[in-house]
Amino acid sequence: MSEGITFHLDDVEVEARPGETIWQVATRLGTEIPHLCHSTAPGYRPDGNCRACMVEIDGERALAASCIRKPTPGMRVRSSSESARAARRMVFELLVGDQPDRARSHDPDSKFWNWAGKVGVTDSRFPAREAPVDKDFSHPAIAVQLDACIQCGLCIRACREVQVNDVIGMALRGHGEKIVFDFDDPMGSSTCVACGECVQACPTGALMPKTQVDAVTGVFTAAPDRTVDSVCPYCGVGCQLTYNIKDDALLSVTGRDGPANQGRLCVKGRFGFDYIHHKHRLTRPLIRRDGVSKHDADIDPANPLTHFREATWDEALALASGALKGIRDAHGGRALAGFGSAKGSNEEAYLFQKLVRTGFGSNNVDHCTRLCHASSVAALIEGIGSGAVTAPFNAAEDAEVIVVIGANPTENHPVAATFFKNAVERGAKLIVMDPRGQALKRFATHMLQFKPGRDVAMLNALLNVIITEGLYDRQYVEANTQDFDRLKAHIAGYTPEAMADVCGIPAATLRNVARLYARSGSSIIFWGMGVSQHTHGTDNVRCLIALALTTGQVGRPGTGLHPLRGQNNVQGASDAGLIPMMYPDYRPVNDPDVRAFYEDFWKTKLDPERGLTVVEVMDAIHAGQVRGMYIMGENPAMSDPDVQHAREALAKLEHLVVQDIFLTETAKYADVVLPASAWPEKDGTVTNTNRQVQLGRTALPMPGDARADWWIVQELARGLGLAWNYTHPRDVFAEMKAAMPSLDNITWERLEREGSVTYPSLSPDDPGQEIVFGDGFPTATGRGRLVPAAIIPPAEEPDADFPMVLTTGRQLEHWHTGAMTRRAQVLDDLEPEAVAYMAPADLRRMGVEAGAPVRVTTRRGRIELKARSDSAVPSGLVFVPFCYAEAAANVLTNPQLDPFGKIPEFKFCAAKVEPAA
Amino acid sequence: MDTAIPDKARAIHPGSGRRNTRGQPKGRQVDPAALAEVRDLLGTRPRQPDLLIEHLHLLQDTYHGLHARHLAALAHEMRMALVEVYEVASFYAHFDIVMDGEEAPPPVTVRVCDSLSCCMAGGEELLNALPGTLGPNVRVVRAPCMGACHNAPAVAIGHALHENATPESVTAAVAAGDTHPHIPKYMGFGEYRAGGGYTLLSECLAHRYEVEDILQRLESANLRGLGGAGFPTGRKWRYVRHEPGPRLMAVNADEGEPGTFKDRHHLETDPHRFLEGMLIGAWAIEATDVYIYLRDEYPQIREILLKEIAVVESAGLARHTRIHLRRGAGAYICGEESAMLESIEGKRGLPRHKPPFPSVVGLFGRPTLINNVETLFWVRDIVEKGAAWWGSFGRNGRTGLRSYSVSGRVKEPGVKLAPAGITIRELIEEHCGGMAEGHSFKAYLPGGASGGILPAGMDDIPLDFGTLEPHGCFIGSAAVVVLSDKDDMRAVVRNLLAFFEDESCGQCTPCRVGTEKAMALVNRPEWDQPLLLELAKVMGSASICGLGQAAMNPLKSVLKHFQDEFASPPANREDVG
Repeated sequence: MSEGITFHLDDVEVEARPGETIWQVATRLGTEIPHLCHSTAPGYRPDGNCRACMVEIDGERALAASCIRKPTPGMRVRSSSESARAARRMVFELLVGDQPDRARSHDPDSKFWNWAGKVGVTDSRFPAREAPVDKDFSHPAIAVQLDACIQCGLCIRACREVQVNDVIGMALRGHGEKIVFDFDDPMGSSTCVACGECVQACPTGALMPKTQVDAVTGVFTAAPDRTVDSVCPYCGVGCQLTYNIKDDALLSVTGRDGPANQGRLCVKGRFGFDYIHHKHRLTRPLIRRDGVSKHDADIDPANPLTHFREATWDEALALASGALKGIRDAHGGRALAGFGSAKGSNEEAYLFQKLVRTGFGSNNVDHCTRLCHASSVAALIEGIGSGAVTAPFNAAEDAEVIVVIGANPTENHPVAATFFKNAVERGAKLIVMDPRGQALKRFATHMLQFKPGRDVAMLNALLNVIITEGLYDRQYVEANTQDFDRLKAHIAGYTPEAMADVCGIPAATLRNVARLYARSGSSIIFWGMGVSQHTHGTDNVRCLIALALTTGQVGRPGTGLHPLRGQNNVQGASDAGLIPMMYPDYRPVNDPDVRAFYEDFWKTKLDPERGLTVVEVMDAIHAGQVRGMYIMGENPAMSDPDVQHAREALAKLEHLVVQDIFLTETAKYADVVLPASAWPEKDGTVTNTNRQVQLGRTALPMPGDARADWWIVQELARGLGLAWNYTHPRDVFAEMKAAMPSLDNITWERLEREGSVTYPSLSPDDPGQEIVFGDGFPTATGRGRLVPAAIIPPAEEPDADFPMVLTTGRQLEHWHTGAMTRRAQVLDDLEPEAVAYMAPADLRRMGVEAGAPVRVTTRRGRIELKARSDSAVPSGLVFVPFCYAEAAANVLTNPQLDPFGKIPEFKFCAAKVEPAA
Repeated sequence: MDTAIPDKARAIHPGSGRRNTRGQPKGRQVDPAALAEVRDLLGTRPRQPDLLIEHLHLLQDTYHGLHARHLAALAHEMRMALVEVYEVASFYAHFDIVMDGEEAPPPVTVRVCDSLSCCMAGGEELLNALPGTLGPNVRVVRAPCMGACHNAPAVAIGHALHENATPESVTAAVAAGDTHPHIPKYMGFGEYRAGGGYTLLSECLAHRYEVEDILQRLESANLRGLGGAGFPTGRKWRYVRHEPGPRLMAVNADEGEPGTFKDRHHLETDPHRFLEGMLIGAWAIEATDVYIYLRDEYPQIREILLKEIAVVESAGLARHTRIHLRRGAGAYICGEESAMLESIEGKRGLPRHKPPFPSVVGLFGRPTLINNVETLFWVRDIVEKGAAWWGSFGRNGRTGLRSYSVSGRVKEPGVKLAPAGITIRELIEEHCGGMAEGHSFKAYLPGGASGGILPAGMDDIPLDFGTLEPHGCFIGSAAVVVLSDKDDMRAVVRNLLAFFEDESCGQCTPCRVGTEKAMALVNRPEWDQPLLLELAKVMGSASICGLGQAAMNPLKSVLKHFQDEFASPPANREDVG
């Protein structure tokens, strides 16, 4: 550590730590100096513009802004000289004069008014500025009232430097200066993505969450009476947050300084929580009415009593466990299957797979990891012996080159994307590879919009350049990999020149990108479902692994392989064994030694065969092999490919138990529906994409007679004859630790204390190893395997009848099948209807206006929805988000599976688009 | 707005169905036709972000305004966010943003100078008269100082500066389509070279001089920054040389202090003397690039420099560096050196905090030498003729030469090359032919709008760096405005404060709000003097840059020296405010 700087603060000799400003030293030592434009939140640079923190420095003519000024040796700083205090008071008086009175102000408890009070300024001797500013309530999430604005620019730094969404700016100049969105557009029609960072940063109430502002008076209505720290239930980023609660209702959410998010949130994590209070919440167990056909799924979730009747827990549990037990006893454990959820906690996932394995008696347990990164995990385990990331996404901060392929992080991992953009601003080079354009394109050094489904051709060409041009890391390859020669021989024919036409990227670009990636001091690869959701998904990932291993771009700061995990707990649920071929910690079910361990651990015989995956289960139902199911928090009636096929399977089941918080599309096929707990209503741990195990805390009571999920699983287990007696998720966590070395040194108590620990953690006070595999891999040989991949075309190519390519995915505002987010008011307002994104030229050619209805048809089915004209979409492609029940994209998708990961090809099938009536 | 679809309620889904979706992604989309126009206009010009202002000028000049559709296309083409383009476009006075559905301003804009000297010569009358005479197809707007204070009142008709304007002369010029820059006659490359020009530079480049020789000569002559700050030039060059490379040089040709027109004078008469000094500076500090930031009010000088830089380059005299000529866009604050750097980088002209100083962290984050035009103008002569030559000038104990821009109530206003340290009385009598007919000397501004005001009684102070500070004034760029018994001092204050209010960048509270509140207070019949002084003190000590720190200087001066004007209502004085 370098030397501190000794100087005088108010006649006391003090020492500044390296890099500290005067304000930071003063604050650390307990001297309070007002500040408005300065935020202590991570990522905010001091700007020194408000001049509320002025101090006097001996020998200097003018005062200095302490927030931005760094001390020098021997400097004498006076924080409370008359001149400094007079200046600070005057600054407040100038600002107060242009504000609505505190009594009528939008937020009388704002940081601004609190400081004004402390400085002793309540009113102003100056005439108020003339032009009153109109309020702007055009945005569903954010109330803009610039009459309270003090031009401190915190919202600009929030939007431009922290989240890098680049929507807010300062227009005009002088006293005419004005906060604007884009071209001074109403916020609601701007490019704002509603991350709400500006709201969290604003010190005055000029920007506030609209749901907490009185629409007429513009005044902040509700202050919380308590707060609870937790973690976000949406994507795999794992943002830590604080719930603000009043009268047991969730008012708002604030970003917390967690290791993954550093205080940042996205629109879902900040404004997407009112679903928990939605009137559709299930509050009583439901039992299907006698004689109501399961093929009649036209049920309004607001009124399930048309098809179901309410029941007591005793009756519902008895019926559910009795029916499942009956099937098991009559047809064997393999006639039952269970889908758990990546939205639940680690403890719930563990209990659920334990129930299936020990209570049902088979390995027929899976969850939506099958639909997202199963191929990634298959390739990673094969290649480097571990299915998790080798480095956190925050490692982008140290990278020289960042590759993002088949992922759209600004929509799907928005907070992770902010760190990628920060890295670019810092000087990193970003390479984006995706058939669709996206927001990161503007930040990219290279944007490779390759032909859909031609990933392997493109990636093999990169490998060809790396190997034939000698750009690979010979020492690393020799020391840490195997089968290099096989790879070398395989890729010889994949020259960029030969692949250019196949993948649609010019050979010169492929060469440049390969060189850039290979030669940089540190390169890191991030990928998403665009890579994994193909019949060649595993091959795609094999290529990415080969890129990293041949160049040695793994195991060091700023390098690595990072599949951006989708769900908040898809990493943890998989770790906990919620997959048909593995016990907890990825130990194969067909390994006799492993099985013996678990038979001993769980004191029961276990099925030696791997179970069925998500899509396989549906086929097995049609085949009459699976007769009963228990589904906890999953929605296969929306998320499965060729979903009509899946729905028919669900309807065919002899008995279906669904445990959820809403009457989902899947629950409509249930015999028994069990009302469960929403995330803020329960305790539990979740593991994010960075391998950070984080604690979620109970913040709110459950509505009506809804119950905690672990409790429901345990009651069903008891009904199936298991003698379970857990009293709290911490009991479950303790049991998991006994079977999962990955959780070594991580205890419930530690998580309560620290909030987050990364695994592997090497000691009780090691925060965890963020970057792994610096010295070999957890494979049998200790080496990483290079597995060549040949070009496999997509399973269904466009033809004359179905000339377009359909690809599916998510939108920023909606989560998975929309069960939660479509019931969140702000999110529903922002994306209220099903849309098909198409190239403007394609729409023009079809004679369809932007916003007009179109019909999308594939060999599986058809949907009607509105066209969205989007220049990011290449001609010939149509993108449909799969969250809209009224136009379910998965009616259209192709259920063909990747042979290794068993993941369906959601990203490619042939389709036809026509104007709808 | 919320527009529920009647039949949507029937489709069963979890959404509320209370809104319709958008037919396009969020926010403004790029119009393909506008994008084609922008691409056409930019041609092969680089799309790098520091050229944003240059590209905005292209659009403004071509389409007489910045249409929103073009701005969106430009943002796309330059890979910038919409707001990054908008906030810059809206900062500068010479850009007119035209939103969708709005009409572009007429092709011809007449800018009428409303700075002090022009108002004293009838600028306000022009502003009142011209809209009527010119009709609806010509736009008449106020504008700050155009550097023509000695030929006041001045207007700019398109890109043509029109001096000594009358309603009739302006109308005639507009009718004649006289909107292009008038190129004055100046000493060209051949003539300059024939007089020994570029010998010194050539010798430097041929290593016949050590950099140290040049630095020592500048130091012993004590050449100081003539933009107004007065920092010793040799020392500045030495500081920058000391910093690790690559280093840059930026020339401040954004002379905007009301009353100042000396840089204009030198550039319009002898541009190569400046260019040679600049190229010697670039050689001395080994600048990879030199950026000349020229105010947009001097389009004729832009023409001169474009032409002469090309000549110099083809003569092989600039091989040691690259010269970039950048165009301001109507913002006084960009004359502040760090705001100028921001503007050269294509951003809003907000002054930076110091430290770090530009010599350490300057343009694009690199160590940067910043010099004013006139400072560089004298380099050749000082090196060639020696420090003693420069030292032979001076009066009243001061040394060196100074280009005083004199305007106001004198018989012969203009740039007066006079000894440093001359007094106002000597300057008026010896160089300006005395006071104008019918005017008696009452007060003077020794350093433009920000340098304070002194009464005629204090006419014996040497005009130089450091001599005026004890009186609450400074010489700055030596813009001397002479006031007479016909001038109302309160109106003078209003005029100057209005200028600062318009030109404040808005970054810091004391200046942004302070200038506006001060203006509101002095617009009242009775001035709240204690409050104004209290405000002045805080603006002086707590503003980020010199603009806010000095904005209240004229007010403080008037309150100090002209209290009698507050006792009786003004009579027989021309209102300049």
